[in-house]
Amino acid sequence: MTAHALLALGDPLFAKGVDGGVVVIVVVKALVTLVFLLVSVVLMIWFERKVISDMQNRVGPNRAGPWGILQTLADAFKLFTKEDLLPDRADRRIFRLAPYLSVVPAFLAFAIVPVSGFVTIAHHRTELQLADPPVGILFLLAVSSIAVYGVMLAGWSSGSKYPLLGSVRASAQMVSYEAAMGLSVAAVVLITGSLSTRDIVADQHGHLAAFIPNWNVFRLGFVPFVIFLIAGTAELNRPPFDLVEAEQELVGGYFTEYSSMRFGLFYLAEFMNTITMSAIIVTLFIGGPDGPWFHSARWLGGLVWFLAKTVVFLFCYVWLRATLPRFRYDQLMDLGWKRLIPLSLGWLLVLAAMIVSRPWGFAVVAGGLVFVAALARAVQVGRTATPDQLAPGPVGEGG
Amino acid sequence: MGYLDGFWVTLRQIAEPRVTVQYPDEKRPKPQRFHGRHVLNRYEDGMEKCIGCELCAGVCPARCIYVRGRDNPPDAPVSPGERYGFVYEINYLRCIHCDLCVEACPTEAITESKLFEFSFSNREDAIYTRDELVVDDDGRPRQQPWEDWREGDDESTSAWMRATAPSGDAGYLGKVQWAGELGYGLRPPEPGQDSARDPAGDLSVRKVQANDIPAAHGGRVR
Repeated sequence: MTAHALLALGDPLFAKGVDGGVVVIVVVKALVTLVFLLVSVVLMIWFERKVISDMQNRVGPNRAGPWGILQTLADAFKLFTKEDLLPDRADRRIFRLAPYLSVVPAFLAFAIVPVSGFVTIAHHRTELQLADPPVGILFLLAVSSIAVYGVMLAGWSSGSKYPLLGSVRASAQMVSYEAAMGLSVAAVVLITGSLSTRDIVADQHGHLAAFIPNWNVFRLGFVPFVIFLIAGTAELNRPPFDLVEAEQELVGGYFTEYSSMRFGLFYLAEFMNTITMSAIIVTLFIGGPDGPWFHSARWLGGLVWFLAKTVVFLFCYVWLRATLPRFRYDQLMDLGWKRLIPLSLGWLLVLAAMIVSRPWGFAVVAGGLVFVAALARAVQVGRTATPDQLAPGPVGEGG
Repeated sequence: MGYLDGFWVTLRQIAEPRVTVQYPDEKRPKPQRFHGRHVLNRYEDGMEKCIGCELCAGVCPARCIYVRGRDNPPDAPVSPGERYGFVYEINYLRCIHCDLCVEACPTEAITESKLFEFSFSNREDAIYTRDELVVDDDGRPRQQPWEDWREGDDESTSAWMRATAPSGDAGYLGKVQWAGELGYGLRPPEPGQDSARDPAGDLSVRKVQANDIPAAHGGRVR
């Protein structure tokens, strides 16, 4: 397969070959995505501060501009004018590189999110989506794993103990929850039969029953959605999973030694990741730009639906932050390894069996129940039995 | 619902009224017994009340007061008594506004106004001298350029003293109450925390005051 044919698999923009106009459109789309993301980060920071102050019975920023909407710009300006410190014992090159390893993946991950339907610009029909690679989901997982390096190297290169502790926690946490997240994404891929985000969205079009839309959140039975939501929050290092930057214990976590715009980049990446994660949840589970009513092919309706759904999840993230206290480290690991991963693995098995055939599905469910019962019994015996009962062979002989 | 109850708690705060006062734009009324910047009072005939006894300097826990007394010049006395305070300095970088100097003063010469919004930009301005502290001919505080006086603020420079303070009313032995307004004339003791001496039951004076502004916005202080 030639490179041209490979490109044409996704965006219809490349179907007629790549000429000057196509290149211009791609560059413009990239720029628009970049500006769109930056502006939404500015608004998101304001939104978060405003909503969380509402939930804490405060007023929040209200000085800069109407309702304090320009507060983020003021803060960014302040960050730009601050002195940029480089610790004596820092590993200079890596210290400078780390913020970009954090920001760039945050940008890249958003590239595969379908924002709306198709538009036609100067006889070129194209998707409202920066890139539509056939391996979209793999790209997403790969890119979000790179972000771990940004965090880890930032802490490592600071030459200071608290950033190091923070980054060790971060890498352990992100790697642990990546597994649960990947398994819940696998459920989506399983039911869609494609790794392309555009296909995943298209597959959720229509109605499941009566007025219930054909969204993956309903089709997959909520569990993968909930697991993705929890694991996603952990991936973002947002409360209640913010052990990475636990202020009371670690000063600022991995970016303690960063100042000025280098710190600003981490901050930017954090909020950009939050927006991207919300957009991806919407894409994978809530039907992307596809609304429950007036499924119109017009691109504007889709965009509005997409933004509205994303804002709902952004609100949920702020709500989580306002409500839940931080996890303890062992609770975090318990939740990840002992609850989420087995649950998502089991759910994936049942789903796979159900897709093959109903009898197989129920057989797997029954087998799973027997297995869980046996396991629970074994755990119970292990907890209550005396050492004598557990000793091999008759007492006195074994050992 | 256990785990999910907390979400309702945070969500319902959105509808709750705010108690925040937008400080520089709107200000709460100050409590009657607020401790602010000091003044040195004078008698009606213009004589200074300070006799240079240095009790205020002695009692000051922050050691911010420096006083030197001197004999009154016989031909032009500054105070009615034998001596007067010819040096009187308060360092506002140290003062903690505890009002102990006011309670220690035997002549009610030093009291505190309600002014707290003053910010100087150098150390010389931080040290108020006698010239700045002594009230003017009308009995009002002299206002410095870096002080933010509000309408009516210069009227209330009187201080309050606990009824059980050394110079308080002996009849109030063992009672927590506020006696005698200092500086501007004399008034009867104010109802304090002792309900036996508060026949009107007006113990909530200060609470009502503190609620004035939030109440106007539909809020309340809890």
